[in-house]
Amino acid sequence: MNKTLLHAVLLALIVVAPFAFPDFRTQLATLWLMIIVALTWDMTGGQMGYNSLGNIFFYGTGMYVAAVVCIAMAHNVAEYTDASGGGIFKFTDAQYFGGLIIGVIAAGLFCSITAFIIGYVTFGLRGPYFAIGTLGVAIAAGELVSNWDWVGGGQGIALPVYPYDLDQGKLFFYALFAITGIGLFAFLSWFYQTRFGAAINAIRDDEEKAEAMGIHTLRYKLTTWSIAAFFVGVAGGISAFQLIHFEPLETAYQTINLGIFMVVCVLLGGKGTLWGPVIGAIMFHVFKEVTWNYFLGWQWVALGALIVVTVVYFQDGVMGYLQYRYPAWFGITVEQDKPAESSK
Amino acid sequence: MDQILVNLQLLAQFPVVNIKIILDGIMIGALFALAAYGLALVWGVMNVKNLAQGDFVIAGGYVAWYLAGLGLHPLLGVPVAFVLLWVIGWVCYKLVISRVIERDLFTSLLATFGLAIMLAQIMNLLFGSDTQSVDLDMDTLYFFDGFVDIPIAKLIGVLMAAALATGVILFMKNSRMGQAIRATAQDARAARVLGIDTEKVYAFTFSLNAAICGAAGAIIVMVWVIQPFYGITHSVRAFVIVTAAGLGNLPGVIAAGLGIGALEQYGAMIFGIGYQQAIAVMLLLLVLVFRLVQQRRKRQVLQ
Repeated sequence: MNKTLLHAVLLALIVVAPFAFPDFRTQLATLWLMIIVALTWDMTGGQMGYNSLGNIFFYGTGMYVAAVVCIAMAHNVAEYTDASGGGIFKFTDAQYFGGLIIGVIAAGLFCSITAFIIGYVTFGLRGPYFAIGTLGVAIAAGELVSNWDWVGGGQGIALPVYPYDLDQGKLFFYALFAITGIGLFAFLSWFYQTRFGAAINAIRDDEEKAEAMGIHTLRYKLTTWSIAAFFVGVAGGISAFQLIHFEPLETAYQTINLGIFMVVCVLLGGKGTLWGPVIGAIMFHVFKEVTWNYFLGWQWVALGALIVVTVVYFQDGVMGYLQYRYPAWFGITVEQDKPAESSK
Repeated sequence: MDQILVNLQLLAQFPVVNIKIILDGIMIGALFALAAYGLALVWGVMNVKNLAQGDFVIAGGYVAWYLAGLGLHPLLGVPVAFVLLWVIGWVCYKLVISRVIERDLFTSLLATFGLAIMLAQIMNLLFGSDTQSVDLDMDTLYFFDGFVDIPIAKLIGVLMAAALATGVILFMKNSRMGQAIRATAQDARAARVLGIDTEKVYAFTFSLNAAICGAAGAIIVMVWVIQPFYGITHSVRAFVIVTAAGLGNLPGVIAAGLGIGALEQYGAMIFGIGYQQAIAVMLLLLVLVFRLVQQRRKRQVLQ
């Protein structure tokens, strides 16, 4: 009962937020993006124990797939990118919204399939090699796309602008992100309670033993990563239309920005918990915006420092801290003579 | 695609071009090998994978560039960068690295990534985001009717890199500190039991690594370009080299460095200069997959 009330209040907040703070609609949409990517990173990093540094690959790929699909439905892609402009080529409303919906779904599916293929190769890599390998995939993709003229090369792609009122457009993208985010959260809260969720936790705790217990680990790892990639791809696809113009290195495959931010969000909020990534994403986003506004020029240094401090001193995150201090809130029973193991 | 074919044809028609490419690759690869050498040291001794490696290189480059801007001789930048980066490396060790040594590897990876972002941004704020290089203002030697050219500046760079590498190897072999470092790399607990101050060894190793990178960067700025955000590709390259050579194989690091330098030059020649950064990363992926296959085969043999 209490939980239902909490969820209802949160849902109301999500609906009211863009109307209560109309100037911050784009900010709130970005916050949703952070929540989505943090949640998806936690699927593999927190729940399955495979720390990827390359999830940004699916974000960038999602952007490009969505954009190319939308353009290809109305125009010749090579001519479009050659002229480098959404202003020159006209899109009707049906072409815009149809392209958006099909593009975003195609982005999710494409990323899912790519994740399956990449995962098939990289899941043999353990620990830090997996992180370096996936980071390599993301960096390589950025470099290759920036040399690929068909999709605009280093110049990037300019997509058509939202056809109606600009303010309404901001609300539209907020809604798209929010629906994706809520959908993902609802899916995950169910997913982690299934046998499947238990299996990926077993892989995190001890992969060899899980294998010995009869869990086909590779199948579970691939499925989890593909699902995560689907949602990152969808988020990337929506971002592409929201940003209107994007280019490969700074926006799409921003390895050192969003690619690292999502990891830090999860660490800040608490790895391997359902609410941790959400809380972490909110904290991180607020910190980022505050430094952007008040420490202009030094914002990156401050962010780097935050990453170092989080990683070195606060790796269990807010949820880990709370679970350690108030185990009863989470239904964790602690034997009196043994201290809790959840937090070091 | 047509351009690639034209380039391949060019390679086939003028075999001397191959000599030029290989020489160029060795000259730049020698500098890659230096940065990778430091990484192999830190990785082997304290089991920390340092992603800020490339940013130390770039920082060293900016030291030399700054000194050259003041009117000093660019070659002076190499020792100055060595000393300054030693200090920076020591500070980084005390603030960050010393706290992640005992932790899992992903922690060290992420913490050094944070460090890398900070360093890159501080350089961006201090020196601007343009690409910079230092002109040594020296002649170029020509061979084979001008097909193969070796700028004397590059030659000096290679010689300095070789001297530095030799110095470090001799130091590791003969000095007491070098012995202590090797002992710690083999078994840190046993070294501690025998009275080696491993904490001091760690601090020394990391500072030495940063200093080597700094000197390499000071040489790189004379033969190539630097930019605050080029650090990550230098880091990735160092990873490729160490992973390809295998951990603990220090002569292999130098060989792999030279090889990757040459491969990159070939890639740039065949696919175009824009792909040069991508080639290092693709090589990393290839090397990782190759090692994976090797590992699997080994496991099968054991079973």
